[in-house]
Amino acid sequence: MAAAALTGLTIAEARDGLLAKDFSARELAEAHIGAMEAGRGLNAFLTETPERALAGAQEADRRIAAGEARGLEGVPLGIKDLFCTEGVATTAASRILQGFTPPYESTVTRNLWDAGAVMLGKTNLDEFAMGSSNTTSHFGPVENPWRRKGDNRPLVPGGSSGGSAAAVAAHLCAGATGTDTGGSIRQPAAFCGVVGLKPTYGRCSRYGIVAFASSLDQAGPITKTVRDAAILLRHMAGFDARDSTSVEREVPDFEAALSRPLKGLRVGIPKEYRVDGMDPEIDALWQKGIGWLEEAGLEAVEIGLPHTQYALPVYYILAPAEASSNLARYDGVRYGHRAEGGGDLLEMYEATRGEGFGAEVRRRIMIGTYVLSAGYYDAYYLKAQKVRTLIARDFAAAFEAVDVILTPTAPGAAFAIGEKEDDPISMYLNDVFTVPASLAGLPGISVPAGTDGDGLPLGLQLMAPSFDEETMIAAAAAIEARAGFDGAAAAGGA
Amino acid sequence: MTALIQGATGDWEMVIGLEVHAQVTSAAKLFSGAANAFGGEPNTRVSLVDAAMPGMLPVINGYCIEQAVRTGLALKAKINLTSVFDRKNYFYPDLPQGYQISQFTQPIVGTGEVVLDMEDGTERRVGITRLHLEQDAGKSLHDQAPKLTYVDLNRSGVALMEIVSEPDIRSPEEAAAYLTKLRSILRYLGTCDGNMEEGSMRADVNVSVRRPGGALGTRCEIKNVNSIRFVQQAIVVEAARQVALIEDGGKVVQETRLFDPEAGVTRVMRSKEESHDYRYFPDPDLLPLELDADWVASIKAGLPELPDEKRARFMDGYGLSPYDASVLVAERETAEFFETVAQGRDGKVAANWVMGELFGLLNRQGRAMADSPVGPVELGGLIDLIADGTLSNRLAKEVFEEMAASGKPAAAVVEEKGLRQITDSGAIEAEVDKVIAAGPDQVAQFKAGNEKVLGWFVGRVMQATGGKANPAAVNEILRKKLSE
Repeated sequence: MAAAALTGLTIAEARDGLLAKDFSARELAEAHIGAMEAGRGLNAFLTETPERALAGAQEADRRIAAGEARGLEGVPLGIKDLFCTEGVATTAASRILQGFTPPYESTVTRNLWDAGAVMLGKTNLDEFAMGSSNTTSHFGPVENPWRRKGDNRPLVPGGSSGGSAAAVAAHLCAGATGTDTGGSIRQPAAFCGVVGLKPTYGRCSRYGIVAFASSLDQAGPITKTVRDAAILLRHMAGFDARDSTSVEREVPDFEAALSRPLKGLRVGIPKEYRVDGMDPEIDALWQKGIGWLEEAGLEAVEIGLPHTQYALPVYYILAPAEASSNLARYDGVRYGHRAEGGGDLLEMYEATRGEGFGAEVRRRIMIGTYVLSAGYYDAYYLKAQKVRTLIARDFAAAFEAVDVILTPTAPGAAFAIGEKEDDPISMYLNDVFTVPASLAGLPGISVPAGTDGDGLPLGLQLMAPSFDEETMIAAAAAIEARAGFDGAAAAGGA
Repeated sequence: MTALIQGATGDWEMVIGLEVHAQVTSAAKLFSGAANAFGGEPNTRVSLVDAAMPGMLPVINGYCIEQAVRTGLALKAKINLTSVFDRKNYFYPDLPQGYQISQFTQPIVGTGEVVLDMEDGTERRVGITRLHLEQDAGKSLHDQAPKLTYVDLNRSGVALMEIVSEPDIRSPEEAAAYLTKLRSILRYLGTCDGNMEEGSMRADVNVSVRRPGGALGTRCEIKNVNSIRFVQQAIVVEAARQVALIEDGGKVVQETRLFDPEAGVTRVMRSKEESHDYRYFPDPDLLPLELDADWVASIKAGLPELPDEKRARFMDGYGLSPYDASVLVAERETAEFFETVAQGRDGKVAANWVMGELFGLLNRQGRAMADSPVGPVELGGLIDLIADGTLSNRLAKEVFEEMAASGKPAAAVVEEKGLRQITDSGAIEAEVDKVIAAGPDQVAQFKAGNEKVLGWFVGRVMQATGGKANPAAVNEILRKKLSE
C-alpha cells in the first residue's frame, strides 16, 4: 500500500488491515514517520520517537505473526506532551520542564503500550495545557492543517491539545491522546475537524499526567472517527490504585456501543446555550444536528441548565486555584529549569519561575493565588465550589429527563494565529460550551459535523450522564454517519 | 497547682497550650509507599511522590489512618467519620510539592482529654482540641558545604499526627506532665515511639500570661522544642519575658519564637505580619476520607489497656498509692515488669522493690527496663526469700546487688555466699548470751530504763553473725534475756 493510503487509515482499518496482513506494522509505522517528518511545518510534534515506533512495530509484527495481537497492536499514536513517558522528554510545552526526562510512565500511556500501540512522538500543546489556541507553547504555536478558503494565513488548531488534534487531522498519526480540563480535547477536535472525547472524570487515571487542575483534568482520545475514539478510550481507561480519584469500575467495550439502538432515547437541547450573538452558522449546524438525531430515532426535548452562565467564571476561579498549587513544585530545586546566577533562595525562585513560565501560566498562577488568599477565599474559591455543585445538579436534573445533551462544541471556528492574543476573556470564551461538562465531571464528545462559510470545520458536542459514554458514543456515531464530514481535506490528500 | 509568677506589680498566671507533632509509627509514608525509618543515607527513602515529580499523586496509607484513629480513641476523643485533607501552600526547598498535605477545617479527630497525674497525687485534666494527620517535610542541610544548602528528602512525606491541646496548662510542671503522659499513651498504643531526641516527637509551645483568673493575654508560639526539659525551660523564660515586658509598660505581640537553650532565651522567628498566607484548600487529588463507624468500633475494642486504666487497676488490685501506681504505669515495660513481680506476691512489696532497688540500679547503670540485669522472675524469687524468712531486707539488698553483678538467681546467690538468715533461736541465743556477758555496763543501763542501749546489743549480735541473724528474733531474745 502507498504511504498516503496507510496514513489515511482509521485505527479500526489499520487494526483490521494488520490482522489481515494487508501490510505490516513496520510499513504502517514508516508511513507515519514519513508523514510526521513531512508535516514538521505544523509544529505538531515536540519530540519525535521514530526508533521507538519502529521497535514497537517490530514487536507488533512478531505478535501478529504469532497470533498474539493485542487490541491496539501496531497502531501508531501521538502522545500529548503532558503525559510522562519513561525515557522520553516530557515538557508540558514549558521552558520550566525543558530537558526533563521522566523515569516513569503515565498509567494511560502504559495501558496503551500494553495494548500494543506504538509511540510516534510527543505532541505540542498550550503550556501546561493552559490555553485554547496552542499559542502559549514555549516551543511555538501549532498550525491547524485547515485553511480558510482563499486565505493562506495559518490558523490555530485550538487548545490545549492542539498538537494532537492537528496531527490526527493531518494524518501524521492514526490517533492521539489528549487531556481535557475545560475543553482541551473537544475544542481543538472541533477546530481541526476530528473527533475528541473527554470521558467521565475518574474513568482514566491521572497518574503520570502533568497536573493542571486536578479536579478537572481527564485524559481522552483524539481520533479520525467516533469508532476510533471508542477503541482508543477502551485501552486508555481503567481503575488505577495510584490515582485516588480514578473510579473502580469495569471498562466497557465502547466499540460495541456504536451499534446500540437509539430509538426512543431523548436528546436534551439546553436553551441557555443559545447565547446572544451566536454565529448563525453554528446555530444552523446545531439545528441540523438535532435533525440528524431525530432521524436516528431520538426525541429532541428542550431542557434548562439554569446555572450555565456561571460556568465560565467558576471555571476560571477553580482551575487557576488548583493550578497555582499544582505548579508550585516547579521551583528549580529538583528538576527542570533553574535560573542562572546567585542570589538568595527567594531570588532563585522568582528568577526560575519568572523565566520558566510563560505569560498565560503566570497569569493563571496569579489569579489562583489571589482567589485562595486569606480574605478572598470565601468570596471566590468557596463560592465557586458551591456554584460548581449547582451546575452539577442542573445536569443531574436534566438527565432525569434526557439521555444525552447536544450543543455546539465551540462558539466559532478556528481563528488565525495571533488573533485574540491580547484579549484573554475572548480567548476564554472558546470554552463556554465545554466547561460545564468539565465542572460536572461528565463525559463529552466533539464530532465534526460540517464547515462554515470559510470551509473550516465545526463540531457538535454530546454530553451524557456519568459513566454513560456508551450512549454518548452511539449518538455521536449517528451524527457522524449523517453529517458526511470529509476530513481528508486537511491531510492535503483531498 | 497553678504556679504564679511574682512580678513587680503583682502575681501573674501562665496560660500554656501545646501542639505536639508525633511521627506515626508505620512501615511506609502517609501518601507514598516509600519506607519510613529513622536514619538512612540522605535521599535513599524517597519515592517519586515524595520528590513531587510531575504527575505524581498521593494515595492515603490506610495504616496511618488506623494509627491516628487508635490515638484519637486513646485520647477519649471524637473520631470524625468524614475528614478532609487540605493543601497548605508555601515555598521551601525541603517541601518538594510546594505545599504540605494536612488537615485544616475537618481533622480526623476532634475534642478529647488527657488526665495528668501530678506528683502530689492530684489529677489535672487537659483538653485536646484536635488531632490531625499531615506530611512531614524533608530536611535542609546547611552544614555540608560553605555556600550551598543540601536537601535530604528521607523525611519528606512521613506521617505526623499533630495533637493540639486546649490552653489548659498552667505551669512548666504541668506541661512536662502532659508531654510525659501523652508520650506514655502513644507508646502504649505503639502509634509513635515518642523519641524526642530523634525528632519523632516535637512540641510547639504557646505561652501567654495574665492576672490570675483574668482575661487571656496575647500568646507567643515557641516552635519545635525537642525535649521535655527544654519545654519547661522555654516556658519559664518566655513567661518571664512577657511579664517583664508588660510590667515595663510594653505589650506582647503575637509572634513565632525559637528557644535557644544555650543562651536560655527565646528569640523572635517571625512576626504575625510576616506570617505566611498558606492558602489552604481541599487537596483535589484526594477524596474526603470516610470512615466506617463499625470499623472505628472494632479499632476501639482492640485497644490495649492504657495508662489510666492500668493505674486504676494497680491501685485497686495491688493497693498501691496513686503516685506509685502512676510511676509504675508510665512505661508499658515497667508496668509489665511490675506485674510479673507482683503476681502472687504482696503488691506493695513488689512496688517498693521495683521503684527502689531496681530503679536505683538501672539509674546507676544507665540502662532501660528492657536491659535490666535482674529480670522480673528473678526479682520475684528474691522477694519470695524475704517472705519465707530466708532473707532479711538487709540481706536481700546484698543478694540483689550480687544478682545484678552475676546474673544468678537469688537462691543460687544465697547458697553460694551462705547469706541465709539465721532464724534458729538456739544459735541466736548463744550469741546473745555472749554479748550480754561482755557488756555488764550496758546491761545495767538497760535495767535502769535506757531503752536506747538495746541497739548496742543488736548491733553486736548482728556483727557477730555477719548480719545473717533475723533482726526480729534478735530483738525478741535480747529483751527476754535482759529482763531475766
